[in-house]
Amino acid sequence: MMMDHRQNHIKSLRAGLSVLVYPLQLAVEMPGAVSEWFRESLATRRQLQEENVSLRTQLLMLKARSQKLQALETENIRLRELLDSSFKIGERVLVAELMSVNLDPYKHQVVINKGELDKIYPGQPILDADGIMGQVVHVGPYTSTAVLITDTAHALPVQVNRNGIRTIALGSGTINRLELPYIPNNADIQPGDLLVSSGLGGRFPPGYPVAVVQGVQHDPGRPFAAVIATPSAQLNRSREILLVWPDDTSTLEMKAATQAEEQQLEDDPEVAPEPLAADEEAETP
Amino acid sequence: MIIGRHHGGGVIAVTFVTALLLTIVPLPEWARYLRPDWVGLVLIYWCLAVPDRVGVGTGWVMGLLVDLLTGSLLGQHAMALTIVAYLTLRLHLRVRLFPVWQQALTVLVLLILHQLLSLWVSRFIGRPGPPLYYWAPSLAGMFIWPFIYIALRSLRRGFRVS
Repeated sequence: MMMDHRQNHIKSLRAGLSVLVYPLQLAVEMPGAVSEWFRESLATRRQLQEENVSLRTQLLMLKARSQKLQALETENIRLRELLDSSFKIGERVLVAELMSVNLDPYKHQVVINKGELDKIYPGQPILDADGIMGQVVHVGPYTSTAVLITDTAHALPVQVNRNGIRTIALGSGTINRLELPYIPNNADIQPGDLLVSSGLGGRFPPGYPVAVVQGVQHDPGRPFAAVIATPSAQLNRSREILLVWPDDTSTLEMKAATQAEEQQLEDDPEVAPEPLAADEEAETP
Repeated sequence: MIIGRHHGGGVIAVTFVTALLLTIVPLPEWARYLRPDWVGLVLIYWCLAVPDRVGVGTGWVMGLLVDLLTGSLLGQHAMALTIVAYLTLRLHLRVRLFPVWQQALTVLVLLILHQLLSLWVSRFIGRPGPPLYYWAPSLAGMFIWPFIYIALRSLRRGFRVS
């Protein structure tokens, strides 16, 4: 037990043994999966059409929004390049499903139906459509276990989206509550503020929504304010989740790469480096 | 393990697998905190009924499987169930003669011991203390013991497990 807690030797043993319990997990999962299959295959034409229409509108709206986002992202990257500051972009994601098994009710853990065979690694962040859910702790060949951000043993570096105050969000053990115990009494934080991941721990990608501040209590007798936040992710409702591989290539590296390319292009006069001219101007302020 | 006079090992295995399934089957939120310790109950029954077949080793293996299933520290439930199995073996001659309600009380003590041991481990690695209703599964286990006892006894007689 001590070895499991403190060291990593037993991890491979645990991964191997988890194959043993995989059939059990599948068996428990089966009734839900079967009913889901029936629901999907017995859906009426009208239901499907309605769903299709609503999904289409949603897609259109999201596309419109992402157009703007792309423009903003390129602008952001360009401005950051002007400042020579590094900014990580681009992540790879994989959609996985939660298995409907219950674990220890006092630990906020979930089982995911993807494992080592899908290149999942311990510490990998998981998201849902609305925000960060948690991170992977144990990886088996076919399944893995993830701990949610509300688990009492979990902490996550965040920042206030409005003004960039950095702090740490701790799990409270209640599924709809995060605690922010390290915010000074005079800090500018108010209910309704969005908390996004700051990416400082190096584990979670920066800029994803984590929680919304729900209440701030200033107690003059204490050095820190008592701040409570509600997770944005639907921790107890989502079934589909996203696994993220944070990308390590930052804009500075990309810039180096483009510069190398430019060098090549200059060496090779056949290809005119016209589209890059604007970039070069921007890079030398 | 299978020697001539032993009989019905499959039945024992099936009951343990069922108990493991019941340990992780999804329940509504309110019932999650009441889920009895199925593996513990089944282990106690078989330790009382066929102490020469099911014992400390079985307890350890089952505990390890529970650890894998519930994502607890590897060995946490294994240790607790090993100790529960050992105590049941020590007491089995006496407990077998008890009326069912008295057995249920003994089972309550054993189940609380199981929870206490695994609570010690989780406190030791720095998890916070649980609320008072942490102990509810033991009580649920006590109330469910008569039914488990009757069901498993009829299974044992039906399949002549010895």
